[in-house]
Amino acid sequence: MATAQTEIKVTPEIAAEHGITKEEYARIREILGREPNITELGIFSVMWSEHCSYKSSKVHLKRLPTQGKLVVQGPGENAGVVDIGNGLVAAFKIESHNHPSYVEPFQGATTGVGGILRDIFTMGARPIAVMDPLRFGEISASPNSSAAFAPRPSLLATATEEDAAKNRRILDGVIRGVGSYGNCFGVPTVGGEVSFEPCYSQNPLVNVLALGIAKKDDLFFAKAKGTGNPVIYVGAKTGRDGIHGASLLASAEFTEESQQKRPNVQVGDPFMEKLLLEACLEAMKTGAVVAIQDMGAAGLTCSTCEMASRGGTGIEIDLAKVPQRETGMTPYEIMLSESQERMLLVAEKGRDKEVLAVFKKWGLDATVVGEVTDGGLLVVKDHGKVAAQIPAHPLAEEGPVYNRPMAQPTPRSESVRDWFACAAEGTDLTANFTKLLASPAIASKKWITEQYDTMVRTNTLAGPGVSDAAVVRIKPTKRALALSTDGNGRWCYLNPKVGAMHAVSEAARNVAASGARPMAATNCLNFGSPEKPEVMWQFSQAIDGIAEACTALGTPITGGNVSFYNETLGKSIYPTPVMGILGILEDADKVLKVGFRNAGAVILLLDGGESSLGGAQRAAPGREPAREFSSSEYAKAIGAIVAGEPPVIDLAAEKRLIDCLVALAESGTVKSAHDLSDGGLAVALAESCFAAEGLGAEIGIEGEANAEYALFGERGARAIVSVSAGNVGAVLTSARQYQVGAREVGKVTRDNVLRIEYKGRAVIAALIPALRDIWAHSLERHLRIQ
Amino acid sequence: MKFGVVVFPGSNCDHDAYHAIGHVLQKPVEFIWHQSEELHNCDAIILPGGFSYGDYLRTGAIARFSPVMKVVEQFANNGGLVLGICNGFQILLEAGLLPGAMMRNSGLRFVCKHVHIRVEETNSPFTCAAQKGQILTIPIAHSDGNYTCDEKTLADLEKNHQVLFRYTTAGGKNDAAGNPNGSTANIAGICNLARNVAGLMPHPERAVEEVLDSEDGLVIFRSMIEALVGAAKATA
Repeated sequence: MATAQTEIKVTPEIAAEHGITKEEYARIREILGREPNITELGIFSVMWSEHCSYKSSKVHLKRLPTQGKLVVQGPGENAGVVDIGNGLVAAFKIESHNHPSYVEPFQGATTGVGGILRDIFTMGARPIAVMDPLRFGEISASPNSSAAFAPRPSLLATATEEDAAKNRRILDGVIRGVGSYGNCFGVPTVGGEVSFEPCYSQNPLVNVLALGIAKKDDLFFAKAKGTGNPVIYVGAKTGRDGIHGASLLASAEFTEESQQKRPNVQVGDPFMEKLLLEACLEAMKTGAVVAIQDMGAAGLTCSTCEMASRGGTGIEIDLAKVPQRETGMTPYEIMLSESQERMLLVAEKGRDKEVLAVFKKWGLDATVVGEVTDGGLLVVKDHGKVAAQIPAHPLAEEGPVYNRPMAQPTPRSESVRDWFACAAEGTDLTANFTKLLASPAIASKKWITEQYDTMVRTNTLAGPGVSDAAVVRIKPTKRALALSTDGNGRWCYLNPKVGAMHAVSEAARNVAASGARPMAATNCLNFGSPEKPEVMWQFSQAIDGIAEACTALGTPITGGNVSFYNETLGKSIYPTPVMGILGILEDADKVLKVGFRNAGAVILLLDGGESSLGGAQRAAPGREPAREFSSSEYAKAIGAIVAGEPPVIDLAAEKRLIDCLVALAESGTVKSAHDLSDGGLAVALAESCFAAEGLGAEIGIEGEANAEYALFGERGARAIVSVSAGNVGAVLTSARQYQVGAREVGKVTRDNVLRIEYKGRAVIAALIPALRDIWAHSLERHLRIQ
Repeated sequence: MKFGVVVFPGSNCDHDAYHAIGHVLQKPVEFIWHQSEELHNCDAIILPGGFSYGDYLRTGAIARFSPVMKVVEQFANNGGLVLGICNGFQILLEAGLLPGAMMRNSGLRFVCKHVHIRVEETNSPFTCAAQKGQILTIPIAHSDGNYTCDEKTLADLEKNHQVLFRYTTAGGKNDAAGNPNGSTANIAGICNLARNVAGLMPHPERAVEEVLDSEDGLVIFRSMIEALVGAAKATA
């Protein structure tokens, strides 16, 4: 029933409260040819919010490479789509739900999963996998950093016990949220990652990636076409949850009053979404669906104007027809509601009954709420009376575009006193190594991943921790798809461009280490306030790094998400671009896993950079090994140091290694593969032992650098493979062919011991079971779980 | 012979059961919508895993009222084979076709991992192709797998050899250490007194191919196939 309420009059104060600047308001008046009413103001405020309009990022996103011969749909639709052969396509994208997850961790996370799943199945693709790359603040209070290592304060902020307790609570809520949605919906959560940095304490990052499969000829897009075609609303009823989720939560930073934003957090229902999935896929099969879009950020507003704008048409709806679960909702509230699990579709005229019948079968609300018109206007009626009337294209596509000022922050002046000082030669590193394995960054995440159904749909060939990438098969073909998400925020803080290049490289390397060829990418760009010149500079640099790396590695960006305003009380997060890379394995049987398989196998270190085993010590102009090493996980865990620079990046070397790994998998000549990343060579070796049954490794390395650089340095373009003695020749030949360095570093043993000798001296010697136990249960210990 | 996999709103593992029976074991199988009032001449019924009705109220509490359950009940009362997997087991408990009830896991969290279960009895159409004492490695994925029943029910189950599967350690020991959810007497699966209806929390349909790390689930389906073949011969 329409409420006979006195409409709120729009004033400059109200416009400002909506986050609309004076210039934006003038533009609105220009588009409408008059003053907007309050409903129209609300509609503009969400469509032109940072989250929906990308106003601060558009000018930079243009520089990303988006073309590729296998790209069927690039950025601009609900998800990116790539051709995977056999008449099939993969739709995938990554999105963020950061701010809501700070305010209400469980619901923020569930609705993050729900939102990205809808983006996939709205294209006609059944979701088959989800990944959750997460970032939280430290979950244990910082120990006092050793004065001997860091006489000057390092960049590492300390974490108080209060912060740590709050971060543990947020982590728990987010994990439960991700699991509860994905598990109930019936999609496996096959991988992801968790990192911990103090900067995420009040700004956790909850990014979610979803992948779906569709027939190439059965893809659906969100272009409303056909004057007179019915516009149909399906799914959950509309309530007051999530209003201004886009404009106030995702497009603004947090202050002390953040808890008051709780009503802005959306509430998820995975069962409803499962019904919606099945009903939508079934409805699409009728052939009567012309266009479809999910209602995510900015709900009805976004779906109506975007579908009309993309189709070059208009849409008229009457809110009286919209299923509502609250009484007395105003047009403003209905248009801005972000109630979850709703879709908007356009059907062929005269065939709406067919479509409605499918939704009825699945027990879902489905109503014709309007129709497609010509003339390009979005007309919102309320019981026949016009409540809002806005040209759709300007609203959806002609929002403000800002080229915000950028300014590189003053370069840090560091000297060797700020950097990690290595232990004396010959020092036993076992204790430090154990401490590194126990650090939350490196420790096993099994406690988390066992709360996710990683196996439903019986496609998971490699779940969390099994291979460097998550691998899911595509029934009934012989193929499989591999996915990895990566992004080191700390490195991006120290050098945004290089850090971003590493994010792309690491994800691609992880995919290649599973045997799959990297083919396409999606990105989630998590940054602070775009109104800060340093943040915009970081953003621009990261874009340049991503562009350069994606071009070099052949992984065009097919879509993604930008999340700005990740800061609280003026303090922003590390710039954190998270890359998701998709790869294809032509023969699923050739998947490579990280665990050693047989005693006696030879362990080879492959190095696309062909250097000696100096790790970070490789000479590069103007670089010092200590500077590079100070950005490592080891430096942080052992020395409480965050300083220096990320390792030098060599994209050509990364490409060589990727090609080599794909070829080795194809040839079937290696037994296992694991790339080097956090914690360097020693951690990779340990992880390959942990994933094996009753096996250990005997390692002997020579080099000129300090032992710590050699064992824990994080220079890229490297991987370890284990090879049966008889295949070593073939592998070395392959490596030479791809100009990848390959040297034997040791053997897999039956011993259950990990022993690493450097320059002839044992620097690490530990029993695997003890080491594995520490690594496997550390996260629970940090989280105070018994 | 034909298997029927019931699909409730919210069932997720229906496709997996269909794949295991139809593609891996190459036997005729079809889906049965929860509103169906007949079983399409199926000889064995699978109630699959998932989150029917979103686990609202209690797991399986609403699904047990679906129209199809009336015919499933009749089918079971007439000796038809019914296997409830995970949520399917929960539905059979709510429907009273199996004794006992399911509680939240003792760890209060969802758990998904491979576990070991021991075949306790082979005189059932779900285990006749297995060996007594055989250890099967099969995945679980549930937050409500803590099977419970009162003392009398437990005594009856044991006395009548109705416990088909028990959680064990990797070494086969019937020990709390091998029990992922705290279930009474480490029970992973049971059958009714007439031995034609069974339920288990682990997912055998997830352990039917080498690439899925275990093929141990096959023996449960193979037992059903063997029993159906035997029954067909008996009536020939």
